[in-house]
Amino acid sequence: MTGKTHRRRLDIENGRVDLSHGAGGRAMGQLIAEVFHDALDNEWLRRGNDQAAFDLAGGRVVMTTDGYVVSPLFFPGGDIGSLAVHGTINDVAMAGARPLYLSASFILEEGFPLAALKRIADSMGAAARAAGVPVVTGDTKVVERGKADGVFISTTGIGVVPAGLDLSAEKARPGDCVILSGTIGDHGIAIMSKRQNLSFETELVSDSAPLHGLVAAMVEAGGRGLRVMRDPTRGGVAATLNELAQQSAVGFRLNEAALPVRAEVAAACELLGLDPLYVANEGKLVAVIAPDAAAAVLAAMRAHPLGRDAAIIGEVVDDDHRFVQMTTGFGGGRIVDWLSGEQLPRIC
Amino acid sequence: MKHAEEYRDGRVAQALAARIAGEADPAGSYHFMEFCGGHTHAISRYGIEDLLPEVVRLIHGPGCPVCVLPVGRIDAAIRLAERPGVTLCTYGDVMRVPGSRGTSLLRAKAAGADIRMVYSTLDALRIAEAEPGREVVFFAIGFETTTPPTALAIRLAARQGLANFSVFCNHVLTPPAIQNILDSPELRRLDCVRLDGFIGPAHVSTVIGTEPYAFFAEEFEKPVVVAGFEPLDVLQAVLMLIRQVNEGRHEVENQYGRAVRREGNERAKADVAEIFELRRSFEWRGLGVVPYSGLRLKEKYSAYDAERRFGIESLPARDNPACECGAILRGVKRPADCKLFGTVCTPETPMGSCMVSAEGACAAHWTYGRFRDRAGRAS
Repeated sequence: MTGKTHRRRLDIENGRVDLSHGAGGRAMGQLIAEVFHDALDNEWLRRGNDQAAFDLAGGRVVMTTDGYVVSPLFFPGGDIGSLAVHGTINDVAMAGARPLYLSASFILEEGFPLAALKRIADSMGAAARAAGVPVVTGDTKVVERGKADGVFISTTGIGVVPAGLDLSAEKARPGDCVILSGTIGDHGIAIMSKRQNLSFETELVSDSAPLHGLVAAMVEAGGRGLRVMRDPTRGGVAATLNELAQQSAVGFRLNEAALPVRAEVAAACELLGLDPLYVANEGKLVAVIAPDAAAAVLAAMRAHPLGRDAAIIGEVVDDDHRFVQMTTGFGGGRIVDWLSGEQLPRIC
Repeated sequence: MKHAEEYRDGRVAQALAARIAGEADPAGSYHFMEFCGGHTHAISRYGIEDLLPEVVRLIHGPGCPVCVLPVGRIDAAIRLAERPGVTLCTYGDVMRVPGSRGTSLLRAKAAGADIRMVYSTLDALRIAEAEPGREVVFFAIGFETTTPPTALAIRLAARQGLANFSVFCNHVLTPPAIQNILDSPELRRLDCVRLDGFIGPAHVSTVIGTEPYAFFAEEFEKPVVVAGFEPLDVLQAVLMLIRQVNEGRHEVENQYGRAVRREGNERAKADVAEIFELRRSFEWRGLGVVPYSGLRLKEKYSAYDAERRFGIESLPARDNPACECGAILRGVKRPADCKLFGTVCTPETPMGSCMVSAEGACAAHWTYGRFRDRAGRAS
């Protein structure tokens, strides 16, 4: 007997992820089709293969991967879905590369509401479309309740570097300029404002954004003058500069007065006993640039919407100790050290 | 940021620094101890020492609540948290304080103990309300500043008859610690260590006022200037102390008039007095046993006293014998004088109390100021 079998659509509104959604059967196929394919739709996903096949134009290919375990899943200015797209695009872009394709792997906790999952997938699709970087292949697993925290997402990205460009962490040289693309700490403080036990009122939203457009403008303006770029996510600008100091065997000298910090972020940090230099960003980059290219790059950044507040915040110096030092706004000097453990609020 | 930026203005700082340089006698000596970790932090974070002439030396005192918590109390808290059914709530920066044998609350949490970081005593109270099946213990630490919120939580718990809430009290008092430092043999002996004045606590003084310092000014003939935690507050306090020294005065002055009154906060003091009483003695990490320096719950509130409820005993536990924290806290040595500093003792693996919190003398120097040692050290 042939004929159409009646299939009920997923009850997105009230349904929850259960173990059958990861079991490889019909339920899993339905979840993938009605949640993920709907949201992320593109020609590669539509072919329904376990992998995506595509040609790459010649040049050096870069590849990166990143896991997203943010809590809360939804925060002012984004959610885990958009973050998983932006974060990986940015890691590709920091090589000066043009991001081309993404993959996404979801680990779902049994009992997670389908409505929330749909919201995350839709946000991911919107972010990918807006950035022009499609999610071309993916995977879904379901784990028992208590074995995950709602949703974990891993994304992998690949891209191609323009010919002649070779950015790398060991290339900072004394005399180079350090440019920051905008205000620091927005993402971390926006997230913290929604944490349990800590909710405070703020208009602040995460800066989560794809930076490849800004990077393309910088590459065009600065070319080989670009030494290294990195997005200061976890650990903030302080961690990023300490990593680069180690990798390039140099020191940094920052000027605190030049650091762009929003008043709301400064106020929240004051309240919580945090230092914005250590707070996470998701739409900012730090670039080390040869002094003769710095002015052109800075101008190109300021002409881009994501680099409006870009500023030269310091310079690379010769230092066997590989210290990141800062002239404080007060006129004294201090070290900007690695963070010890997690940045915990002070009590007094 | 309103009401903060004006106390961090670099131009005002330069002007104040110039005045300090002008008034300090180049042949004189101005050794001032800032008691509070809040001041230590501000001094390091803003690089205030770079703005002072050589004759002015700032000695970082023991006023970091996390730093002075003895190992035995941390061990007791960990053992308490490991009991089935117990939820231990505490402020964030207590989590990393090392107990004996490399333990900490953070490690105990990773090993399965139910330890939760809270931002206020009321959060702990809410957890007790929401989870009546758990014994919720608030691990209370800190000076006079954090004591009133603990008192409030106990009063609310008593009013609600909350049977599953208690407090492991480790609150300590500032004046007995200052007295302990002034009584130390190194300071009593002439020409051994100089201490020419105190920068008095900011937040603590909002509660206790300026009166308790009058005794030190008189008895020990040391000037005290109560100062706010902003960098300009500290600079101004240094200038006021220099003037007192130059004029041979030893008075209690209040630089932090915008927040501190002579008599302090009567309401907060009354709240604390209702709930707490003095312990005969209490151990301080770095200073040792200091008489009448700690608080415990009064008999009337013994139902909320975790020490009584769980029969907690503090076992004696000793710091590394090479650790110089005690001498550093009394101004006898500087962090870089300690053999452990920056070698086996760093903020990642603190051996002694001063390296534990960002407010500790060693941690502040390591995190913000160690570039100043480079000429004299190989590290």
